[in-house]
Amino acid sequence: MNNNDNNESNSEVLLEMRGLRIDGQSDDEWHEIIKGIDITLHRGEVLGLIGESGAGKSTAGLAAMGYVHPGCRISGGSIVFDGIDLMSASEDEKRKLRGVRIAYVAQSAAASFNPAHKLIDQFSEIPVEHGKSSKDAAEADAKDLYGRLLLPDPDNIGYRYPHQVSGGQLQRAMTAMALACRPDLIIFDEPTTALDVTTQIEVLVTIRDIVRQFNAAAIYITHDLAVVAQMADRIMVLRYGELVEEADTDTMMADPKKEYTKTLWAVRSFKKQATGTYTDTSPLIRVENVTAAYGPLTVLHDISFDIHRGQTVAVVGESGSGKSTAARVITGLLPPKEGQVLVNNEPLPGDYRKRTKDQLRHAQMIYQMADTAVNPRHRIREIIGRPVAFYLGMKGDELENRICELLNLIELEPSQFIDRFPGELSGGQKQRVCIARALAAEPEFIICDEVTSALDQIVAEGILRLLDRLQRELDLAYMFITHDLATVRAISDEVIVMLQGRIVEHGPCAEMFTPPHHEYTDLLLSSVPEMDPNWLDGLMEKRRTEGVMESASTS
Amino acid sequence: MSDPVETTVGQTADAVPPPPPRQRRLADAWRELKKAPMSAKFGLVVIVGYVFVALFAPVLTPFGESEIVGAEFEEWGTVGAEGKQFILGTDNLGRDMLTRLLYGARNTIGIAFVTTCLAFLIGGVAGILAAALAGWVDQALSRFVDILMAIPALIFALLLLTIFGTSIPVLIVIIAVLDSTRVFRLARAVSLNVVVMDFVEAARLRGEGIGWITIREVLPNIMPPMVAEFGLRFCFVFLTIAALSFLGLGIQPPTADWGSMVRDNATLITYGDVTPLLPAAAIALLTVGVNFVVDWFLHKTSGLRDEQ
Repeated sequence: MNNNDNNESNSEVLLEMRGLRIDGQSDDEWHEIIKGIDITLHRGEVLGLIGESGAGKSTAGLAAMGYVHPGCRISGGSIVFDGIDLMSASEDEKRKLRGVRIAYVAQSAAASFNPAHKLIDQFSEIPVEHGKSSKDAAEADAKDLYGRLLLPDPDNIGYRYPHQVSGGQLQRAMTAMALACRPDLIIFDEPTTALDVTTQIEVLVTIRDIVRQFNAAAIYITHDLAVVAQMADRIMVLRYGELVEEADTDTMMADPKKEYTKTLWAVRSFKKQATGTYTDTSPLIRVENVTAAYGPLTVLHDISFDIHRGQTVAVVGESGSGKSTAARVITGLLPPKEGQVLVNNEPLPGDYRKRTKDQLRHAQMIYQMADTAVNPRHRIREIIGRPVAFYLGMKGDELENRICELLNLIELEPSQFIDRFPGELSGGQKQRVCIARALAAEPEFIICDEVTSALDQIVAEGILRLLDRLQRELDLAYMFITHDLATVRAISDEVIVMLQGRIVEHGPCAEMFTPPHHEYTDLLLSSVPEMDPNWLDGLMEKRRTEGVMESASTS
Repeated sequence: MSDPVETTVGQTADAVPPPPPRQRRLADAWRELKKAPMSAKFGLVVIVGYVFVALFAPVLTPFGESEIVGAEFEEWGTVGAEGKQFILGTDNLGRDMLTRLLYGARNTIGIAFVTTCLAFLIGGVAGILAAALAGWVDQALSRFVDILMAIPALIFALLLLTIFGTSIPVLIVIIAVLDSTRVFRLARAVSLNVVVMDFVEAARLRGEGIGWITIREVLPNIMPPMVAEFGLRFCFVFLTIAALSFLGLGIQPPTADWGSMVRDNATLITYGDVTPLLPAAAIALLTVGVNFVVDWFLHKTSGLRDEQ
């Protein structure tokens, strides 16, 4: 964001945090989460806070409101917002600031809206509650903001319930809500992380424009460097609750000083070794003319593709494109209406309940949310050991040895991890355990459903490398479902692009990333944020002239 | 893989302190207990006291359970024919009140406990099965439970007891079945949230049978609400038995039981004597104690959920 022309009026300091220290409680002991951070924010400035999960960026963001999560406490430093000392302010004084002068936009709008109330009622609650305006005035303002945020049908969309609008629209409705009282400071906590690329770009553009229009200051928290490059004037890199580096966006992107920052920048460098073509052998999995439906709603239309031994096929598309449904058909959770799935040229029964143990064993699945994919009440020993015992009938020492072997395979130290519960693991470790559980069945084929999208980049990178290594060692085939094109580029041999239940493009990875593309592939590819701080401006300019944006907002 | 980024991953992602060894789990439980709030400690002491009394009633009591030892309605502290004092007086048939109170603990608590366990066995299993199998199994079970719940429980129990007679096994089965409808509702509701989780889907895709899914995958995850419900349900069963006994269809004389003891000595209330309220107070104290412990347990488990 290059608002040099505004700099004169913006020099006034809005928020100043000095030597901020925050403790968190676990097992009756206080651990320092934030270890002395200084943040200065001027009016109209956008500050990007980045770092991997656990770096303390969200905690620092919330502290700007004088708020800490339950089980945390501010142990030192000062927080001064526009001359008000938030450390000594009473709860009542802080409550008057929140929502009015400081607003917060959470990562998951879907979880942050009350599902029982209409959007516009939730919008007007804040200004009415704080006595800023009447209900009618607030509703009129909401419609205006909905329009500015490019929501479709701004006059009526507010009368819908949260579940009646899409995720991207909900995130924008939440931004509108944050703007209800025209705050001086807005804290965005990963507002686009849960969205797919084409939706993300719309939200990014509208958020940035609206922040500029109201000349609000913002703290933008994310783990996505390319996103922060588009949004922020200044970037702070955090790690383990400490500041690593701070600089202007341009300087930071062009010339990071610290080693850690460089590794963050270099993360996207992973590239799988090119493998040969597979057309000569017979495919491991063949999906033949599959049409599938949820009740009367057809979600897959005549899909066909092959997956060969040792090959990674990436399936790309935005949410609702049918890519996860394709996986459900292969695993047998959703029997196809027409067509069939063949494994080694033998047709599989459509329903998983009719498949033999061996047929089930050969196709394993790794899920997006490792949190819900492992039973929180089982120890790692049981999570990994069960498939081994179930499919291969191992017992006692043999079983124990196999579990240790699998843990070693996923680079977790057996003696440390075997007796832990999933709650005692980090997100990346949990995902590794899920991989081990899939491997325990000794499969030939693994479906990876958005396995890295819930993880931050460094951890995701580790998972991708692990999957790649395992593929080479064990000759596994992967079906990799994702909406992240950087991941696709990194690991896939073949790419399938899906749109509205149909395959729109299908080909080797290298070909996919070289033009000419199908129009939709082009939209997907161009929506992936790049590190260049001026990328978003350039793209918007290009789309405005070509009119591509229309198709993005209607899809 | 030996390139630098991979090692960074290992350090950042895997830097979690090692877990406590297994032997320390008992010590952890003890430490947890010491940290418990006063109310929970009080509740635990009450429960332990009741269990102790229930187990050792024959040793603790001066007289036999249904032994007539003196005149009717003796006052507190009267000395009987054998030179032993009736600390709490005697009841309407001249039996020692204290003795019957202690034996009452044994009978009422024991029967209530067995009944509650049975109710949870029936309701819990049926509830999880209904959630896990869905479809017509769920429909059949749920509608059957609806029918049972449509009839007021106490009246239904009275009806069934009149039909099947009033022996203790019949009493246990009838109350257990009627109470299992409530347990079924809860078990089904919480299980529905669990069966949609990916790990249950993973277990299904692995080819696991319904038994494994019910007991190993779903049950451990619904334990906190179920245990809390167990505490509350135990009190309700307790009160139901007492109510039935008061109405004459519960535990039959001469077996000592708090509900029937209130009824037997009810005439004394007219004279301003508190003796008939003692069994009622015993019930109240236990109910309060159990609920303190349940509250503490609920608080603890909900606190754990916040951390995740």
